[in-house]
Amino acid sequence: MRFLPAEAADPNAQAEIYRLRLYVAGQSPKSLKALANLKRICEEHLESRYEIEVVDLVEQPRLAAGDEIIAIPTLVRRLPEPMRKVIGDLSDSERVLVGLQLLPLDQ
Amino acid sequence: MLEQRLQIEAEAANSPHLLPKAPTGIKGLDDVTGGGLPRGRPTLVCGPAGCGKTLLGIEFLVRGITDYGEPGVFLAFEETREDLIANVASLGFDLAQLEADGKLAIEHISLYPNEFEQSGEWDLEGLFVWLGAAIDAVKADRVVIDTIENLFAAFSDKSTLRAELRRLFRWLKDRGVTAVITCERGDGSLTPHGIEEYVSDCVIVLDHRVSEETSTRRLRVLKYRGSLHGTNEYPFLIGKNGVSVVPITALGLEHDASGERLSMGVDRLDEMLGGRGVLRGSSILVSGTAGTGKSTVAAELCNAACGRGERALYFAFEESEAQIVRNMSSVGMDLRQWVEQGLLQFRCVRPSLLGLEAHLSSMQDLVMEYEPAVVVVDPISDLLTAGASRDVSAMLTRQVDFLKVKGATALFTSLDQDLQLEQANHQIAALIDVWLLMTTEVSNGERNRSLSVLKARGMAHSNQIREFLLTERGIELTADHGLGEVLTGSARLAEEARLGHDSSNGGAR
Repeated sequence: MRFLPAEAADPNAQAEIYRLRLYVAGQSPKSLKALANLKRICEEHLESRYEIEVVDLVEQPRLAAGDEIIAIPTLVRRLPEPMRKVIGDLSDSERVLVGLQLLPLDQ
Repeated sequence: MLEQRLQIEAEAANSPHLLPKAPTGIKGLDDVTGGGLPRGRPTLVCGPAGCGKTLLGIEFLVRGITDYGEPGVFLAFEETREDLIANVASLGFDLAQLEADGKLAIEHISLYPNEFEQSGEWDLEGLFVWLGAAIDAVKADRVVIDTIENLFAAFSDKSTLRAELRRLFRWLKDRGVTAVITCERGDGSLTPHGIEEYVSDCVIVLDHRVSEETSTRRLRVLKYRGSLHGTNEYPFLIGKNGVSVVPITALGLEHDASGERLSMGVDRLDEMLGGRGVLRGSSILVSGTAGTGKSTVAAELCNAACGRGERALYFAFEESEAQIVRNMSSVGMDLRQWVEQGLLQFRCVRPSLLGLEAHLSSMQDLVMEYEPAVVVVDPISDLLTAGASRDVSAMLTRQVDFLKVKGATALFTSLDQDLQLEQANHQIAALIDVWLLMTTEVSNGERNRSLSVLKARGMAHSNQIREFLLTERGIELTADHGLGEVLTGSARLAEEARLGHDSSNGGAR
């Protein structure tokens, strides 16, 4: 699925806060890598317009049911709506931006 | 077939150390698998949509909880928790109650095709954590995952998914749970994604075929490592008490052979059958053309059973209960009293209403519930129209077997009119213990009924054709005249008058 950036559709979206939640399982290499990648991407593209919450399913296994998380790591864009999910260690920045609807594909 | 079954049983009985098994509690499936699914290992159940995979999985869990005290987890990718509960409520499974009792956990995960954007490496650790938590919550011994097909639709990276599923199966094994994983069937290969290669212990294939407009579900154990198993395709039914797989000959030849005799309710008919009627638990076929009195013979059997205080069950496919009761009262039988006393139950239904398998399944359920001494199916030839002829003999064989095992004396009437039905009769004839043939013969401007015993296993029986009269006092058969030919109607009366002996039945027309 390919989308235009949210900003293109909504001029007020510039000010919108991105609430992101990253589901990890313990301190696995994939999890650590995902968090590092996420921080870097957010700094580059969202400056201070983001919040990152990290949920470790090993510590809180029942939380997996809430957002129906089966793949790890999973990045969930909780706001702005609609909810979007990106799986993987987020090493491919472009896919992350597409997933978060921050980057037009033809750019 | 029988040999194979005996082998399966012998193995199950003599070598319990070979491979521990978890009984499914599903009728017949444990027979086919020689005791159940491999305990503590995953079993793959694959088949096309609508073949009963989900139901098989649910029943495996429900029976596990109710019959074997083994809690279970149902992980659903397809149906929601509410849908599942509603769908199986009609089968008498109260999933919500089992959940409330802490014996069952239903976990639903909705997955949409290509739901995820993928960036870099991932695994299914979230699923493991989720499943692990659910297993711990109810201390589950059994797990069902339905169906992994949805995972393949949701994730675009199939190779990672395949590797993760392989890890999942290993993980389930390590957790020691007996698992059922369902998947679709692929073209050519068994599953679309070659999953069967990872589940090496047990693979069951379900099928749902429509032939001659009748659908029949079939089950086959494709593979069962370390265990003998039935290799045939077995028809299975989804009845009101769940799934029932009854291997065609599994039930056969194990029933007790009762020496007890049972009256047919007609003295002279008993007399023709060695003087004491049929053996209890035998199968009787009454065949003949239209209007020969087949139903009346059937009703007499029920009437006699109820008179002894036994229960009788009458399946009627052509007449309503009121009709039968009225008709039989015209020949001196009061069936109403037995119905009122709860000794006689009618089940009147149009054969075209349900498929053959559904009919047989509902009949079996009722027989289990009511435990009748006598069962009448009137006429069985109507059931034949409900099924594709190739399936009919197999299904009827099972039905006859089933009634034998239940110790019920069964009477089937059959309308012999066209060749096809006769052929079907030949197929079931081998299973029938007593075969009564009813005919009408036209002579002297009369149409006279007569009855003869074509076959009666295990008892001396009359070789004569007797005239058969329907009187106000019920069925009467004429006495043996000791003549070289059968005299019926006016010819008999004339002969009797000539001999000057008074027939007890004479003139009652």
